[in-house]
Amino acid sequence: MANRARTSLPRTLAAHAILLAYTAIALFPVFVIVINAMKSRRAIFAHPLQLPGPKSFDLIGFQTVLSQGNFPLYFWNSLIVTVVSLAFILLFGAMAAFALSEYRFKGNLLMGLYLALGIMIPIRLGTVAILQLMVATGLVNTLFALILVYTAQGIPLAVFILSEFMKTVSADLKNAGRIDGLSEYRIFFRLVVPLVRPAMATVAVFSMIPIWNDLWFPLILAPAERVKTVTLGAQVFLGQFVTDWNAVLASLSLAIVPVLVLYLVFSRQLIRGITSGAVK
Amino acid sequence: MGALSLSNVCKSFGTVDVIQGVDLEVADGEFCVFVGPSGCGKSTLLRMIAGLEDVTSGEVRIDGARVNLTPPSKREIAMVFQSYALYPHLTVRDNMGLALKQAGTAKAEVAGAVQRASAMLSLDALLERRPAELSGGQRQRVAIGRAIVRRPKLFLFDEPLSNLDAALRVQTRIEIARLHRELSATMIYVTHDQVEAMTLADRIVVLNAGKVAQIGAPMELYNDPANTFVAGFIGSPQMNFLRAADLGEPGETLGIRPEHLTISRESGRIAGSVSHVERLGGETNVYVTTDAHGLLTVRLFGEHSFAFAETVHLTPEPGRSFLFDRAGARIRR
Ligand SMILES: Nc1ncnc2c1ncn2[C@@H]1O[C@H](COP(=O)(O)OP(=O)(O)OP(=O)(O)O)[C@@H](O)[C@H]1O
Ligand SMILES: [Mg+2]
Repeated sequence: MANRARTSLPRTLAAHAILLAYTAIALFPVFVIVINAMKSRRAIFAHPLQLPGPKSFDLIGFQTVLSQGNFPLYFWNSLIVTVVSLAFILLFGAMAAFALSEYRFKGNLLMGLYLALGIMIPIRLGTVAILQLMVATGLVNTLFALILVYTAQGIPLAVFILSEFMKTVSADLKNAGRIDGLSEYRIFFRLVVPLVRPAMATVAVFSMIPIWNDLWFPLILAPAERVKTVTLGAQVFLGQFVTDWNAVLASLSLAIVPVLVLYLVFSRQLIRGITSGAVK
Repeated sequence: MGALSLSNVCKSFGTVDVIQGVDLEVADGEFCVFVGPSGCGKSTLLRMIAGLEDVTSGEVRIDGARVNLTPPSKREIAMVFQSYALYPHLTVRDNMGLALKQAGTAKAEVAGAVQRASAMLSLDALLERRPAELSGGQRQRVAIGRAIVRRPKLFLFDEPLSNLDAALRVQTRIEIARLHRELSATMIYVTHDQVEAMTLADRIVVLNAGKVAQIGAPMELYNDPANTFVAGFIGSPQMNFLRAADLGEPGETLGIRPEHLTISRESGRIAGSVSHVERLGGETNVYVTTDAHGLLTVRLFGEHSFAFAETVHLTPEPGRSFLFDRAGARIRR
């Protein structure tokens, strides 16, 4: 949608140059990981920035990853934890945000502040208490433990962002629904949620990466083989004395793929939301 | 169809008393319009009738039954909003049919009701479209159609025309008047446009800061205002308020409509100079600055010309003025 009257060539060029430079900087580490994952061990250390050539090309890392350990399972675990946590964060976050933005009740403001506090205080401070809780409830070494913790970790930001957006949804629309006999749940799911979909995609993208990448809680709450996540699984290649760099890089490369797919799904929502709002 | 009755209805938001004791009886089939300046509580009162806002104290009755605690969908009302408030994910047909579907009406019956309403408002060609594919005027017609489909006891309109352009507003106004005749339904209509109020209403309720200033038929309010607020609010251009003492009349204020002031270049009771002239073709409004009474408006019919700063003399027509006391209440003679 180039608007000739408002753009000039030098300005466009400058903007693109800045964006390209930023893209290059942001993608560089990923690029280095991916190319080195496909090289032999010697080539990784000799020429870390070289593209894999006929001589240095080697898929040993991927072979190790797929044969050793239980990587398909780790992937499955990570995916379950991430997707279920995201679903909970979005569902409960959006519901709490709706309640806070829509209903006037005693303690509304206090509740909002209490939830916002969660954004400022890192959940890891409570690790010991969480561990005690999980031990007491017998949830140690289950994926459900991780899902609970990540849901708790993600909800404050979700509520914060979504309640702001929900305040912008037309009150008349919700009232029309009430007069037509829609339940509050139908109003929430059918009228409000579709209109804040872009905001929900934003929340999903922001919440997803820290969950997928987290090492801390899997290590503490679910270190058993059965419930290992990818990030934790990749640690087997990082030894105190020897590190299998091929396998580490290969597992990291593989770990990028699912997040990329999830991101593409959400970002489409994001863009659709933004443009539909803009054109209207 | 149904009648509405409000008795001593109050509404407070926290410590702010937005509605302060409104009493009102609306008869079956009546067209009742709420007017008043922005922020006087018209929408709040309407939303309380709809059940979207709790009543702090007092009683709302529809068809004799107390509905203070009845949820909106059970009050057998329909509401048309200023912002249309159509469901964006549903087609026009589904938008119109949703309320009946929610109430568990049979499919064929819903289809029939939608068909009748769409024929009434000539929406047939638009039934399969979504709200985003309609113009503003079409959206408002769909919103009105959605209200008709339910066959409510009470129609509630909250400034339904204020987002439309002038031509469409006149057209839709006529349409609403026609619907009121055809359906002989009870309608409550909120507006701050007094032309809408005067042309549509059987009875007008003028609200001022959460209180009823006066209730009456349009001509009653125009010819017999109860206080300075109503006198100034109804009628355009606004009524002139003169100092009664200077004219040898009892009371504090003398109100006279612009068309009841005569203007003369030779002689009259109040001298002043012309400060502005508006010529609208059919009528001419002359604004005259006077020493004793400030800026006064004179409305003349036909075309007239006056020069800027020209000295003129104004005389109130006898028997056409209203007298008000210090508190603004009418002194009847
Ligand atoms: N939810 C609320 N909380 C607090 N105050 C409110 C709320 N809703 C309305 N008010 C106040 O109540 C008063 C009346 O509002 P209302 O919307 O009824 O005005 P109105 O007569 O419809 O005005 P307009 O012509 O501008 O639509 C206003 O002063 C407004 O600030
Ligand atoms: Mg209003």
